Amino acid sequence: MTATLKDTTAIVGIGQTPFARQLPESEKTLACRAVLAALDDAGIPPSQVDAFASYTMEETDEVELAKAIGAGDATFFSRVGYGGGGSCATVAHLAAAITTGQATVGVAWRSRKRGSGPRPWTETRAQLPTPAQWTRPYGLLRPVDEIAMLARRYMHEYGATRDHLFDVALACRNRANQNPAAMMYDRPLTREMYMTSRWISDPLCLFDNCLETDGALACVVVSADRARDCRRAPVYVHSAAQGLPAQHHGMVNYWTDDPLTGPSWAAARQLWKHADFGPADVHVAQIYDAFTPLIPLSLEGYGFCGRGEGAAFSEGGALEIGGRLPINTGGGGLSEAYVHGFNLITEGVRQLRGSSTAQVPGATTCLVTAGEGVPTSALLLRS
Amino acid sequence: MSSMMRGTTDNGPLLPVADADGLPFWEYAARGELRVQACADCHAPRFPPRPCCPGCGSFATEWRRMSGRGHIWSYVLPHPPLLPAYAAQVPYNVVIVELADSPGIRLVGNVVAAADAGLGSVPPSRLRIGAPVTAVFAEVAPGVTVPRWILEGR
Repeated sequence: MTATLKDTTAIVGIGQTPFARQLPESEKTLACRAVLAALDDAGIPPSQVDAFASYTMEETDEVELAKAIGAGDATFFSRVGYGGGGSCATVAHLAAAITTGQATVGVAWRSRKRGSGPRPWTETRAQLPTPAQWTRPYGLLRPVDEIAMLARRYMHEYGATRDHLFDVALACRNRANQNPAAMMYDRPLTREMYMTSRWISDPLCLFDNCLETDGALACVVVSADRARDCRRAPVYVHSAAQGLPAQHHGMVNYWTDDPLTGPSWAAARQLWKHADFGPADVHVAQIYDAFTPLIPLSLEGYGFCGRGEGAAFSEGGALEIGGRLPINTGGGGLSEAYVHGFNLITEGVRQLRGSSTAQVPGATTCLVTAGEGVPTSALLLRS
Repeated sequence: MSSMMRGTTDNGPLLPVADADGLPFWEYAARGELRVQACADCHAPRFPPRPCCPGCGSFATEWRRMSGRGHIWSYVLPHPPLLPAYAAQVPYNVVIVELADSPGIRLVGNVVAAADAGLGSVPPSRLRIGAPVTAVFAEVAPGVTVPRWILEGR
C-alpha cells in the first residue's frame, strides 16, 4: 500500500467572525463571512473553490454557500456526522479528496448561533428513539448530564478531583485572557470562583461547561504543491483519522465493557500509525473541551499518559504555556468560543504560523481533536 | 402503545419513545418484569436491544428475565436549566445501575424512596457508587411503565 495523506495537503487560509453571545447576522451570512475571510487569508479567489466539507448541526449547506461566495463548479462535497465529533474530519475529507485528484481547493466551515438560538436538548417532540428511550425519561436530558455520569465514574475509579477539572478550566481561561477575540478575554477565573459556582450537573459546575456562542469559522485546504504559492506559510496535514470504536454508543457510551475508553482511543491508533512522530513530540494541543472531563479522557486516548492518569497529568501547570503540553491556546470551547470545535483547528494553524496570542515558542507540531464521547476525528498538523 | 409513542406528556416528564427493537423491554416493564434482550443462539445478553447478535450474527432473540438486583455504577445530580417537569424535582438523581445477573448490562434510571415517589425523594447524601439497589416499577402515564430503583437495606 503506497497511498498516504501524510503531508500531501496543507491548510493555507483561516477566517472567522467575531464571537459573542448574540450576533445580529444570520448563520448563513456568518458562514459566508468566515469562508471569504479564509480565502482572502489564503490569497485564493472564491471562483477556484471546488470542494466543500461540513459536519452535522450545520444549517448552511454547500449549495447556499457556494452560490453566495461565487464558487466554481464543485466536484467534491461531504458532510460528516455527529456534530462536534466531525470537526477535524472535514479537513481529513478535503485532504483525501485533494490528494486523490477529486478537487483542488477545499473549504471547511462551521457557523452556529448557539448563543442566541435554542438549546438542542430542549427539543422534546423529535426525540431520537435510540438511545434516548433509555436515558431521557429519567431526566438525563443534556450533554452535560451524559458526560457528568462518566466523570463521576472516572473520579471514583482514579481518584480524580474537582481540582483536576479546575486545572483544565483555568488553563483555557488563562489563554483566553491573552486572546482579544475570546469571549472571556477580560474575565479571569479563580479557584474560589470555580469551587463556589453553581452546579449544572453535579459533579460538574458552571465552569466545567463550554460557552454559548454565536460565530463562524472556516479554513482552506489545498495540495502541498499549491500551498507553496499561497499568501501564508503552509500548515501541513500530517495525519488525520476518524474514530468509531467497536460497540460504541455515542455520548451515552454506558454499555461497552469499558465506558471510559472512548472514541479518542480508536482515532489515536489510526492517527499515530500514519505519523512520523509520537505524542512526546507534540508541542501544543487543541483538545475538544465542551466539558472539562473530556480533556483527561482525551489525554489518555491520544497517548499523552496512561489509562487513569489524565487528571493527574494536569497538575503543576502542565497544561499551561511552558508546561508539558500547553492546550487550547486560544481559550478553547470553555473560554474562547464554543463553535463545535472549529476554533481549535484555526488556533492550531496559528500556533504553527507562529501567530497565536499565546504562542508556544518554536512550536512545529500540533494535535487537534474533535468531540470525545461521540464518533470523533483528529488531525496532526505540522509546519 | 399510543401514549408510549407520544413522547411526552403535556409539559410533563418525557416518556420512552420505543423503537421496534426496544418495544419488548417496555411491554415487559408494563407487566412488572425486567427483561433484557439476549441472543437465542449463543445466549449473550446485549443492551441496548438491536436486530442481531454482534457476537454470532444470529437474528434469533430472547428476552431474559432479570432478578432486578444491581448496584449503582455512577450517578449525577442535574440542576437547572432543565425541562420544567424535571426542574420542579431538583435536586433529583439519575443513576446507572449495573445488573447483578448480567454485569455488562447497565440501565439508566432513578433511585427513589418508593415506586411512586418523586425523582428527588432520596437525599443525595444516601447515594454512593456501589450501593445495592432493587428494581421497582412505576406507571408514569397511562400504559407507560418504567423501572426505578430503591436502595437495599433501608
